[in-house]
Amino acid sequence: MDTILDALMLSNPNVRYVVFGSVLLGCAAAVVGAFTVLRKRSLVGDAVAHSVLPGVCGAFLVTQTKHPLALLIGAFISGWLSLVVIDFITRKTRVKEDSAIGIVLSVFFGAGILMLTAIQQTGSAAQSGLDKFLFGKAASMLLDDVMIFGGVAALLIAIVALFFKEFFLLSFDRDFARVIGLRVPLLDLLLSTMTVLAVVVGIQAVGVVLMAALLITPAAAARYWTERLGIMVVLAGLFGMMAGVTGAYISTAAPSMPTGPWIVVVTSVVFLLSVLFAPRRGVVAQAVRYKRNRTQITDENILKALYQMGESASEFTTVHSTEEIHGHRRMQLLTLQQGLARLRRQGYVEHHHRGWCLTSEGIERGKRVARLHRLWEVYLSRHLHLAPDHVHDSAESIEHILTPELEEQLASELNYPEVDPHNSPIPYRKKAKQKPETGTRNA
Amino acid sequence: MIIHVENPALEIHNLTVSYHRKPVLWDIDLTVPQGTLAGIIGPNGAGKSTLIKSVMGLLPADSGYAQMFGEPLDRVRRRVSYVPQRESVDWDFPASALDVALMGRYARLGLFRRPRAADREMAMDCLKKVGMDGFAARQISQLSGGQQQRVFLARALAQDADLYLMDEPFAGIDAATEAAVIQLLTEMKQAGKTVIVVHHDLQSAADYFDWIVLLNMRLVASGPTDQIFTQELLERAYGGRLNVLSQVGELLQKQQFPARERKG
Amino acid sequence: MDAFWIILTGSLVAISCGTLGCYLVLRKMAMVGDAISHAVLPGIVLAFLFSGSRDPFTMLLGAGAVGLLSTFLIETIHRRGQLQEDASIGVVFTFLFAVGVILISMYAGQVDLDQDCVLYGEIAYVPLDLLYTKSGASLGPRTVWILGGVLLAVIALVSFAYKELAATTFDSQFAAAIGISTTLWHYALMGAVSLTTVASFESVGAVLVVAFLVIPPATAFLLTDKLPVMLGLSAVVGILSAAGGYALAVAIDGSIAGAMAVVGGAEFALALLFSPRYGIPARIKRKTHEELPSVS
Ligand SMILES: Nc1ncnc2c1ncn2[C@@H]1O[C@H](COP(=O)(O)OP(=O)(O)OP(=O)(O)O)[C@@H](O)[C@H]1O
Ligand SMILES: [Mg+2]
Repeated sequence: MDTILDALMLSNPNVRYVVFGSVLLGCAAAVVGAFTVLRKRSLVGDAVAHSVLPGVCGAFLVTQTKHPLALLIGAFISGWLSLVVIDFITRKTRVKEDSAIGIVLSVFFGAGILMLTAIQQTGSAAQSGLDKFLFGKAASMLLDDVMIFGGVAALLIAIVALFFKEFFLLSFDRDFARVIGLRVPLLDLLLSTMTVLAVVVGIQAVGVVLMAALLITPAAAARYWTERLGIMVVLAGLFGMMAGVTGAYISTAAPSMPTGPWIVVVTSVVFLLSVLFAPRRGVVAQAVRYKRNRTQITDENILKALYQMGESASEFTTVHSTEEIHGHRRMQLLTLQQGLARLRRQGYVEHHHRGWCLTSEGIERGKRVARLHRLWEVYLSRHLHLAPDHVHDSAESIEHILTPELEEQLASELNYPEVDPHNSPIPYRKKAKQKPETGTRNA
Repeated sequence: MIIHVENPALEIHNLTVSYHRKPVLWDIDLTVPQGTLAGIIGPNGAGKSTLIKSVMGLLPADSGYAQMFGEPLDRVRRRVSYVPQRESVDWDFPASALDVALMGRYARLGLFRRPRAADREMAMDCLKKVGMDGFAARQISQLSGGQQQRVFLARALAQDADLYLMDEPFAGIDAATEAAVIQLLTEMKQAGKTVIVVHHDLQSAADYFDWIVLLNMRLVASGPTDQIFTQELLERAYGGRLNVLSQVGELLQKQQFPARERKG
Repeated sequence: MDAFWIILTGSLVAISCGTLGCYLVLRKMAMVGDAISHAVLPGIVLAFLFSGSRDPFTMLLGAGAVGLLSTFLIETIHRRGQLQEDASIGVVFTFLFAVGVILISMYAGQVDLDQDCVLYGEIAYVPLDLLYTKSGASLGPRTVWILGGVLLAVIALVSFAYKELAATTFDSQFAAAIGISTTLWHYALMGAVSLTTVASFESVGAVLVVAFLVIPPATAFLLTDKLPVMLGLSAVVGILSAAGGYALAVAIDGSIAGAMAVVGGAEFALALLFSPRYGIPARIKRKTHEELPSVS
């Protein structure tokens, strides 16, 4: 990492501009891209990216220079035109949006390729280098380019910051935005313009072919980390900056490598890591939650079994062998043994030479599960009119999930029933407290 | 009030269906007798479409199952016909009314087999039954909503099934068409077929159906119309959701908890 | 003679892609086609590296599998990862395509492809790679034979499974309800698109594959109301863009694939203007004259 920084920061003042510029480009593209994604226009972004190519070539043909301002204007015009055409086809014909995107993308890009190859045939002096727009090459940016493209990028970021609230409403709930008096068409126009501009500056780093990734992938990755739009946009911007640095590094350190693809791969790795490790939505977090749920179900089922066995003997502290418990509650023997060991560590059961018995905490918890089970059965039979022989399965699951608040709400809504549909008594906590529990401690 | 019958056309047993872990139907348990014209009724979002999709095996169930004529769907697929909501397809598809009706015959043709002349004739007959024979060659996007609905009906008729499940066949059609369709459904019932229809309009429900299923996330009532169509039961079905049930559903989704414990 | 082979190659690609494209367009999956056409690249490169040759079977199977994998990834990220579908498409295909381009630049010596050619192909070189009989008589370009085989396979699929594809495309719920497996036919279609893409890739590149997958079907869709006619028209439109594109490319001395896409676009524009029923002037006229068709 040090060597990367060395290479980037120290070797050459020119490189510093490139890095600075690339970071801005990546950030702007990702931030604007976040709104593109939220408005379900990701692939339109892809089409716009491909469509700037004929603009770039056209600008070159007209001015015969590669002046950044000329290219920017050319790209902007053809990018915008592509948006208009997609919109026109979608609204005015029976051709659907996906096809309209595909048509515009391939025709504009085909035209760009045609112009590019035709220019190359003429062998005009400055032509070499236009094809860097295909796959991007940050390092070939001159100070002029950095100033202009970086300036546009900074402007885009500033506009997002300024209009954040409006854009938020627009992507979240258009109708509401309209109702509260936002100029929705105007904002749409602004966002579309910004998308085109983001593409135009972004292609300096990634090239037109893979520009879509710079719009979409950081936002998609950010989506996994948060439900809040503000944080998502900031995160996307950060990921975009990373992409920018990567691009600058690759294109300085390994000039023969295509820059755009490496940026895309790095961003995709960020995406993959997000899919795997993001809290809550990540694959790992989900697996952990799944495991935790399974464990909780096992534990509570064992406690409930012990509680029910005690219930029928009116004696909760009797020692039961593992086989006895297994006979009462079918589960895999290994799962049961592991569960008992875990419950013992947690202080819910005690191990004696002939088996297991509940501690007072264990009794409370087992009782709660039994109570929730039976309350839910009552609920199902009263409100869903289920026959008594149909209520058990659902209760087997719901008993593990009800919160204390829901429990209270459920009980009071049912008016504290005495028994469940199978006539088993419902053990409330209050009653339990009335009964002295001294005997349980020293069994 | 839930009335069960012997030897039903459709039996649903303890069916729970979820989207993304959140149950939208809880433990539905009902039977519909053969030879009836039955209505499934409930407010928007009650889970009516979900119920018949799940019955047709288009959505997986968390628990429970459905049987037709005492058999699982796969054994009696040919005897069962499903009419989706009209909005579920893109009517710009390049096909004529006859092409769509002909799709009803596909169920009887094996893999790779082409429809024969007899199938075309049958499809044409079905278009005639719904009064659409004049439009057989019309592109389907150039039909009105009611006409499209009738083409869907013709397709169902072409299946020549014994049990029909229809999702809102009366949505967006005019009164005259509705009367014609209900006439047709009544005739089918009289021919011994069972027709189950998702319906929105309470006003007409009592006249149309002889069996009614009231639904709102859970089964509110199921039975003969005269017993089910009471103020009290209707209020219960339309009187909003059960608060606790909704909250538990959200909790299941938030915790990614299975609505049914897995066996084993 | 070269012109003939080039136009023939373009036409073969156009017919295969256009035929499958009709179903993609009707299923609103045009951009999945776009994704596949980019995503097969790493598969092609890897097939090159592993087999060390242009053996068509390794190529078709290896890269075709990667194409199928990409649709599977898109679906998995969309459904299980709960990412909206358009973003899922964008993430997957850019990643795979990027990997492909990197592989090419890393193994430039061993892989007979270059970065630009993956975009717009080398159709001009098609007539150079000929097949010969044992006695030495020329059988025509190798690519033409491969593409011809693929076209036959596509036609076989579409004609044998006509009703299955039509039913699952028009109304997948109904199809599933009568026991036609939507998953099976979805993957059959995607598999066919992958194969076709791989076979076409070398000669026409990713962009023209997309162009031929989408433009001829969309043009045909503006011209007819019958699926079989749409399939046929899309082939005609495709052949016309292949021939017209070649002429244009020769005239201005530019990329043949790019020119074919541009001519395809022009044909679409013509259909947009002059289609008797779905063209824009026709639509406007209809709206002002008779409003919507009257109810029942
Ligand atoms: N694909 C889906 N993903 C998530 N939730 C869904 C999905 N489809 C339906 N739902 C939810 O499931 C519930 C039941 O939906 P369903 O379409 O079955 O209702 P319905 O009774 O048919 O309503 P309507 O009368 O509006 O047709 C609703 O709350 C709906 O929001
Ligand atoms: Mg519905």
